[in-house]
Amino acid sequence: MSKILIVAETLAGELHPTTSKAVACAKDIGGDIHVVVFGTGDKAAAEAAAQIDGVGEVLAVTNDANATPSAAVLAPQVVALAGGYTHLLAANTTTGKDLMPRVAALLGVPQVTDIMAVHGPREFDRPIYAGNAITRVSAPGDFVLVGTVRTASFSAAAGGNSAAVTDTAVSAELPTHTRVVGQKTGGGDRPDLQTASKVVSGGRALGSTEKFDIIFALADAIGAGCGASRAAVDAGYVPNDMQVGQTGKIIAPDLYIACGISGAIQHLAGIKDAGTIVAINSDENAPIFEIADLGLVADLFDAVPELTKALS
Amino acid sequence: MKVLVPIKRAVDYNVRVRVKNDGTGVELNGVKMSVNPFDEIANEEALRLKEKGVVSEVIVCTIGVAKAEDQLRSELARGADRAIHVVTDEEVQPLQAARILAKLAQDEGVDLILAGKQAIDDDANQTGQMTATLLGWAQATFASKVDIADGKATVDREIDAGTETIEVDLPAVITADLRLNEPRFIKLPDIMKAKRKPLDKKDIGEFDIDVPKLEVTATRAPGGREPGRKVKDVAELVAALKDKGLV
Ligand SMILES: Cc1cc2nc3c(=O)[nH]c(=O)nc-3n(C[C@H](O)[C@H](O)[C@H](O)COP(=O)(O)OP(=O)(O)OC[C@H]3O[C@@H](n4cnc5c(N)ncnc54)[C@H](O)[C@@H]3O)c2cc1C
Ligand SMILES: Nc1ncnc2c1ncn2[C@@H]1O[C@H](COP(=O)(O)O)[C@@H](O)[C@H]1O
Repeated sequence: MSKILIVAETLAGELHPTTSKAVACAKDIGGDIHVVVFGTGDKAAAEAAAQIDGVGEVLAVTNDANATPSAAVLAPQVVALAGGYTHLLAANTTTGKDLMPRVAALLGVPQVTDIMAVHGPREFDRPIYAGNAITRVSAPGDFVLVGTVRTASFSAAAGGNSAAVTDTAVSAELPTHTRVVGQKTGGGDRPDLQTASKVVSGGRALGSTEKFDIIFALADAIGAGCGASRAAVDAGYVPNDMQVGQTGKIIAPDLYIACGISGAIQHLAGIKDAGTIVAINSDENAPIFEIADLGLVADLFDAVPELTKALS
Repeated sequence: MKVLVPIKRAVDYNVRVRVKNDGTGVELNGVKMSVNPFDEIANEEALRLKEKGVVSEVIVCTIGVAKAEDQLRSELARGADRAIHVVTDEEVQPLQAARILAKLAQDEGVDLILAGKQAIDDDANQTGQMTATLLGWAQATFASKVDIADGKATVDREIDAGTETIEVDLPAVITADLRLNEPRFIKLPDIMKAKRKPLDKKDIGEFDIDVPKLEVTATRAPGGREPGRKVKDVAELVAALKDKGLV
């Protein structure tokens, strides 16, 4: 039977919602599911992980080096805990992408990036070419399976559990070559883009930071998270953490509203799994209409405020 | 300080890839191949560091088919000093590529590897991190800004929550994100000059890449979306959204 260790992701001491997506993937694999939370002593994140359905035990590892941890500092700690586990998983977030290849290389094993479906304990689907093709990969042998989980492909595991939280000591030599100097995070009160059930995004057509406010207003009217195309980010209208697409966030909200976004393949790669896609674009030939469930050919500076008013 | 820039030959980012009917992979016949876009950015950054006097030599390298020489030549034309081509017809997986890159880095005595954050064919996003780990080096992935001074690199990283700044001691591996820079265009005379730049070929047999591997058993096209419809105005859109219970 599989014994799976999931590396939890925390942000400012809180458990990140993508962790329960990794747990959902582990449940599909089946077996004992443990979650490890690296922290500095505060148990809030570990206790939150203990509530996720399917989790059998939470390992709480305390070390001052974990205050603002880097992949270089986390990887040896994960490897020190790896004995006895058949699988080591994390969400395919920038944190997971940074960390898990380091874990895999320390163990001398390959990694399955971006698991989107489970066919068996060692056989998965994963996307290539920005999701334009799906491969089925298997891991012959019995080496520990290291993988990252595509958060857009799994619904968060439910809450309501109360698994044991075990203080766990780890003895590993931690490198000192990497220091986190600081973080600039958008934060704010809007729902997290990667787990929001509704997302409103704006593209190059918005034209400026000030004018992007109509996107935020629509998002707030319907309780949505906010995203953007690469062009809008590159132009400096909004910060990079809002980018949706191949090199930004891959998301799967129930409702995605794209305003003034043309629908380049790299952008579409980020929204293919959305429930309903709405496109508002003044060009009736914009490629976004090829995948939109509901398309409105209109000037967004008229349509978006009108929509906001209608939904407020 | 010498820099190693690993570049991968990949399907051009403008090509809409098509899965072969027999499910054995994607159609590569007659498809335009280019340098993985993130690797062009990595090379550009290395060249800028050289122009600033931080770096003395930029070595581009690739592991791939004989035709990948085209991609090495274009990065030489962009400005790299010399190239190493590890020739193979077999697909190499990230851990194997990392073993080869780590060996090359040691043999060449480089203090910095500037790679792409991911190859847009396999989308693995592993090789840079694995290479750093095998070498026992620091890593700074998803870089959008790099400053190098006093044996240290200060790097802005694009993370899901925003931007993180880290400081790493060299030697290190840095992987390039899209906003790190805009690669310069390659000029025709430079393409001619690049033909005479040194390009060293190595056989893959010189490297120990005997590691566990993943096996691809099938490749399929993603599920398509049902065709949608146009609405005539905001009122009809609101009605449709209410109908689906989305607002
Ligand atoms: C390797 C690589 C990775 C990439 N990764 C990403 C990624 O992760 N995410 C991403 O988004 N892009 C990515 N891109 C960029 C992508 O190719 C496109 O350039 C980008 O998505 C375009 O953004 P846009 O749709 O906002 O701008 P444009 O393509 O310029 O489209 C603007 C749209 O707005 C419409 N418009 C203009 N005025 C109005 C108006 N008043 N009302 C309504 N509509 C209007 C226009 O008709 C047009 O369709 C990547 C590119 C590369 C090479
Ligand atoms: N075969 C290869 N030859 C040279 N560089 C490679 C190769 N494979 C991967 N790389 C480098 O590693 C980066 C990440 O690749 P990947 O881990 O496959 O997503 C790429 O952007 C390249 O810089």
